[in-house]
Amino acid sequence: MNLKGKVHKYGANVDTDAIIPARYLNISEPGELSKHCMEGIDGEFLKRVKPGDIIVATTNFGCGSSREHAPIAIKAAGISCVIAQSFARIFFRNAINIGLPLLECAQANEIEQDDELEVALENGEISDITRNKVFKAEPYPDFMLQLISTGGLIEYTRKNIEARGSQ
Amino acid sequence: MTGSTISEKILAAHSGKDKVSPGEFLNVRVDLVMANDITAPIAIREFERIGVKSVFDPKRVVMVPDHFVPNKDIPSAEQAKLMREFAWEQGVIYFEVGSGGIEHVLLPEKGLVLPGEVVVGADSHTCTYGALGAFATGMGSTDIACAMATGEIWMKVPPTIKLVYHGRAKKWVSGKDLILYTIGNIGVDGALYATMEFCGEAIDALSMDSRFTMANMAVEAGAKAGIFRIDNKTRAYLKERARRPYQAYEPDEDAHYEKIIEYDVSQIEPQVAFPHLPSNTKPISDVGEVRIDQAVIGSCTNGRIDDLQTAADVLKWMKVHPEVRCIVIPGSQEVYLEALRRGLIEIFVRAGAVVSPPTCGPCLGGHMGVLGDGERAISTTNRNFVGRMGSPDSEVYLSNPAIAAASAILGRIGSPEEIVG
Repeated sequence: MNLKGKVHKYGANVDTDAIIPARYLNISEPGELSKHCMEGIDGEFLKRVKPGDIIVATTNFGCGSSREHAPIAIKAAGISCVIAQSFARIFFRNAINIGLPLLECAQANEIEQDDELEVALENGEISDITRNKVFKAEPYPDFMLQLISTGGLIEYTRKNIEARGSQ
Repeated sequence: MTGSTISEKILAAHSGKDKVSPGEFLNVRVDLVMANDITAPIAIREFERIGVKSVFDPKRVVMVPDHFVPNKDIPSAEQAKLMREFAWEQGVIYFEVGSGGIEHVLLPEKGLVLPGEVVVGADSHTCTYGALGAFATGMGSTDIACAMATGEIWMKVPPTIKLVYHGRAKKWVSGKDLILYTIGNIGVDGALYATMEFCGEAIDALSMDSRFTMANMAVEAGAKAGIFRIDNKTRAYLKERARRPYQAYEPDEDAHYEKIIEYDVSQIEPQVAFPHLPSNTKPISDVGEVRIDQAVIGSCTNGRIDDLQTAADVLKWMKVHPEVRCIVIPGSQEVYLEALRRGLIEIFVRAGAVVSPPTCGPCLGGHMGVLGDGERAISTTNRNFVGRMGSPDSEVYLSNPAIAAASAILGRIGSPEEIVG
């Protein structure tokens, strides 16, 4: 599957309070959460974002709390994937679990605000159309690929439970 | 073949293997699954999608309302209600307002977490339980939903970083200062995906409460877990609490560590983390003139009895600065009661501090002390990100309880040395 969109660029250590401030954690509905996405760091994000757009950041994206509200808000805001040099581990699990693709790419810092990207999820190829450059993301381990291809953790767990029940 | 670290041994024992190695993917059996009033609602929604009728074992699932309770508004009351009704229906362990407190203060107190166990919680500070020699880690709501349904979870075995603390700590230097110093040294992603194993004679000398503080903030260095070996202090803590047998694991002498980092704690001063990262630390002597509007003493990091005792030792016979709001939050009902017995609550009230019921409250800008534009707080909590305690234009400085209490009196960030000598 190829994703295509414009870049919203951030730096290092974008924390979950920046992605969705805790004052909105009294709601859990994705559409409502998306109305406050990135509010803690970028007041213009919601005005700019278009479906399919891509968030690009440098290191430790999603650090801080375990709130799944963070990837939920990003996904519901229309972001098709997040590319970063590294991700905080809980955010990484949460995003994969809910079906928000993440790509770890050492050259993510070379991608700039408003660049047009095309991303091939199967081989992790990131084409920066604006800059005419191609970057390669880290491949997912086999287990993660299986999890993603099954449709996320809930589907994966449901299948495992069914498989056990039929033994 | 090299030996194993504590966390490798625990994960091996919980996945039916003799030995596991960093990077390996495992299906791990969990001993306890936890969620709170902001993470449980999504976990329950996802749990219902899985299609199982009941949790894997109601005695191994805990739900704690602590973030926005006593409820601050209608939406948070609806979330707490959803969790409460699920907890009652499923018969899981549930602590209502008035019988519980902040999850990471509460669960160890209640003997629900024991050495050698695997605990997963829908809260990033679940790593706190590593102080008891458990492998405990925070996850999101969907992971927790699956763990509630099956009693198992997938994990990638983390590498272990060994942190050795030598020497004797100076007065007013606590576990909070050691962990802030460490995060300042290695950075907020200095232990990304790894287990931090804390050891050395300075760690042996720490109280259990200080060890909880250190393990609590392992996530602030990006770690998956922070873990301690158990000793006589751990056993004494567990004596009246543990109601089932437990197994302690020691690291092998030839265990493989990704890195070994050593510190001389005799050189470490009380630390203050400046906005807006926990790694942005300075020793108290380098802080300069930083005026404050609020001082918060509490949280899952520093809301235990030792923390309140230290704050009271500083605040006794003193007055909170007239331009400062000092908010003291006992971490649990048990801590609150012990503080009452020791006369600490009277010291706080006489000093002009306000004592809140146990809640996460202001730490995450929830309630009970949210900051306005341009306001500044010193806080014993764990994060000082932009807007963490309220307005995106406010500032949070992190410290230990002694520094926070002294600052409340001085009206600026300062040391108890300036007050009690």
